[in-house]
Amino acid sequence: MNHVKKEIVAMLLAGGQGSRLYALTQDMAKPAVPYGGKYRIIDFPLSNCINSGIDTVGVLTQYQPLVLSEYIGNGQPWDLNRTHGGVHVLPPYETASGKSWYAGTANAIYQNMSFVDRYNPEYVAILSGDHIYKMDYSEMLDFHKKHNADATIAVLEVPWEEASRFGIMSVDENDVITEFAEKPKEPKSNLASMGVYIFSWKVLKQYLIANEKDENATKDFGKNIIPDMLADKCKMVAYHFSHYWKDVGTIDSLWEANMDCLDPNVPLNLYDNNWKIYSRNPVMPPHYAGPNSKIENSMVAEGCNIYGTVDFSILFSGVTVEEGAVVRDSIIMPNTVIKKDAVIEYSIVGEDCVIGEGSHIGERPETTIDKDKWGVAVVGHKVNISDNAEVKAKAMISESV
Amino acid sequence: MANMSNVLGLIFANMHDSTISDLTKLRTMGSVPFGARYRLIDFTLSNMVNSGINTVGVITKANYQSLIDHIGSGAEWDLSRKTGGLHILPPYGHINGGLYRGRLEALAGVLDFIRHNDAEYVLISDTDVIANIDLKKVLESHERTDADITVIYAKTVCDAERARTKTILSVNDTGKVYDVLVRPEISGEHNVSLNMFLMKKEFLQQLIIDKAGKNLYSFEVDVLQHMLNELNIYGYKFEGYNAQIDCIKTYFASNMELMNPHVRKELFTGDSPIYTKVRDEAPAKYGLDSECKNSIVADGCIIEGKVENSVLFRGVKVGKNAVVKNCILMQDTVVGEKCEMNYVITDKDVMIGNYRSIGGTETYPIFVGKGASV
Repeated sequence: MNHVKKEIVAMLLAGGQGSRLYALTQDMAKPAVPYGGKYRIIDFPLSNCINSGIDTVGVLTQYQPLVLSEYIGNGQPWDLNRTHGGVHVLPPYETASGKSWYAGTANAIYQNMSFVDRYNPEYVAILSGDHIYKMDYSEMLDFHKKHNADATIAVLEVPWEEASRFGIMSVDENDVITEFAEKPKEPKSNLASMGVYIFSWKVLKQYLIANEKDENATKDFGKNIIPDMLADKCKMVAYHFSHYWKDVGTIDSLWEANMDCLDPNVPLNLYDNNWKIYSRNPVMPPHYAGPNSKIENSMVAEGCNIYGTVDFSILFSGVTVEEGAVVRDSIIMPNTVIKKDAVIEYSIVGEDCVIGEGSHIGERPETTIDKDKWGVAVVGHKVNISDNAEVKAKAMISESV
Repeated sequence: MANMSNVLGLIFANMHDSTISDLTKLRTMGSVPFGARYRLIDFTLSNMVNSGINTVGVITKANYQSLIDHIGSGAEWDLSRKTGGLHILPPYGHINGGLYRGRLEALAGVLDFIRHNDAEYVLISDTDVIANIDLKKVLESHERTDADITVIYAKTVCDAERARTKTILSVNDTGKVYDVLVRPEISGEHNVSLNMFLMKKEFLQQLIIDKAGKNLYSFEVDVLQHMLNELNIYGYKFEGYNAQIDCIKTYFASNMELMNPHVRKELFTGDSPIYTKVRDEAPAKYGLDSECKNSIVADGCIIEGKVENSVLFRGVKVGKNAVVKNCILMQDTVVGEKCEMNYVITDKDVMIGNYRSIGGTETYPIFVGKGASV
């Protein structure tokens, strides 16, 4: 098949395990983790791509790819089912010289250079599949072109005390990157890399090939490609981003990022028709609020049946909250049933769980005796909690009890 | 075994338009919004697809832009197919087409479409019925009774006013129809036709040609009634939940019936879901001090006031301290702060300003037309 040339191709790194999400990423990669009442994290970069006019996307999968591959399918929900381009899931594969897992982010792109080359693009966007943000990549591409750069890295100002958790850029007065440090102990700047890069493909390709030949390299963008290009005086510029961006790598940050959807002061508008976040929609009827239900400050998706109380919470599609049950400050993932009189506080409950009658999941920080041991409680996917059971704050339940 | 891929589905999208003229002023009966996120045709289309029908023709007459916008390529019903799939059949699409007076004339207009399909059976259906029907069972019954025509019906109580829009059957123990009343002046419990008919394609083609030659156009009168003695007409009794929309009162009441968990369960759960156009809205959001009781609410709604016994379509906004009771608010209706609404149906994109108070009654809900500002 002859391929129509594309100006830019996006490569979405979606193979990460997200090991700090424990039970929630036991059978799915981090980009597949449910978020915001109806989305999975990967909906954000995918929707950003299509909204930015990028219609050719490779999704690199490795860890537990089933949920993710099935979810992406032919890309129709994101309008990425295209005759030319569209979305393609790219798992590791076997070659004549043997099998090889993706050894690092750079190696994953290296192994798929032939995919990118089919579209003969000028530019390639390297995106991470595990962040919540709305960003117009076309503006970033304009910036890249205007500066005639070899690489453009999207950066975000972070609080100084958190800077050592990120890849940190130092820039000159023209936003040209002068120094890059991966998770520095003593950061010289507070401009953090968001894991969003645009490269001129010809240049990146050389560095990927060279990096692959270096046996000591870790084959990672942050550890190799960026420092190598910087050392060679490639033109690298920082593209400033000042809107909502959240890494949901931990239980606490996942809980917070979800709660951000309920906070009118947080600038993440999911109701904006000019920048929709697309997702695979479940085929379910509208949600039903029962005659004695109490719902406040919450997001409720389709197919839910609510007979109890829901406050400061996010309910994904198909959740049932029975009479007398209370859900507060919690996230309940799709198709879970909260039985009569159960109480759920400061918790994340996975998909397809049954929470037994009268059970109590999680604790409020103000009522916990040992404040240091407080944290959000997690019930993994497909877990049944028996009647009247108690699950403490910060507990992590991955098997039925 | 009944092979449903042998069945061609034909839907009359404009039939019954006049029964709810407020709602069909700008659209077809098939595209009338229902149940917070659906259009009436979704039930007919989903029933056909869930039963295994792969090819569906939608016969239109007037006002069909909204219908085309809604069903598009048919992808949401899995009807965007290489073989078969969805076909919209507008009135002047064929040489014999034009504005028709009844089902037979409408079918005559799309005779070429029917001829060129290699299905063995044709199922023709209106869009006025809310039900989740397994049509495989209808074909099984049709084959078992060796009927010429199988009419799907339900036992329904209706008053004289409603009966005047109905076709009523008398059926014996074997299911054979022995009497047909068209728009009669009666009331009580009767076998009411759900306006879905199954027959062999060859048989239907011949019927269309014969009747067109005699300038006859009514399927109920000229076929069911007048040919009752020469044909084998059987009934298939549908026992599940069904609602037939025949006036604004029944439209209102059947929307409200969705608050009943048994009705929702029968219509929407299980292996035969009701599909509709996807709008990619965020989940519904409830604000501080919001209240919502006994209501069904679609995605994209933002509720900051109080809602009770109501149906809220996608993207409806209810302002702070507003009270919405016994209402059907269609897509993107905005209710201002401190409004009071009782027994109101708003069409799409209606804007109710702050502090307004609007009220109707159960038997006479107030209707606010599309795009109106109050």
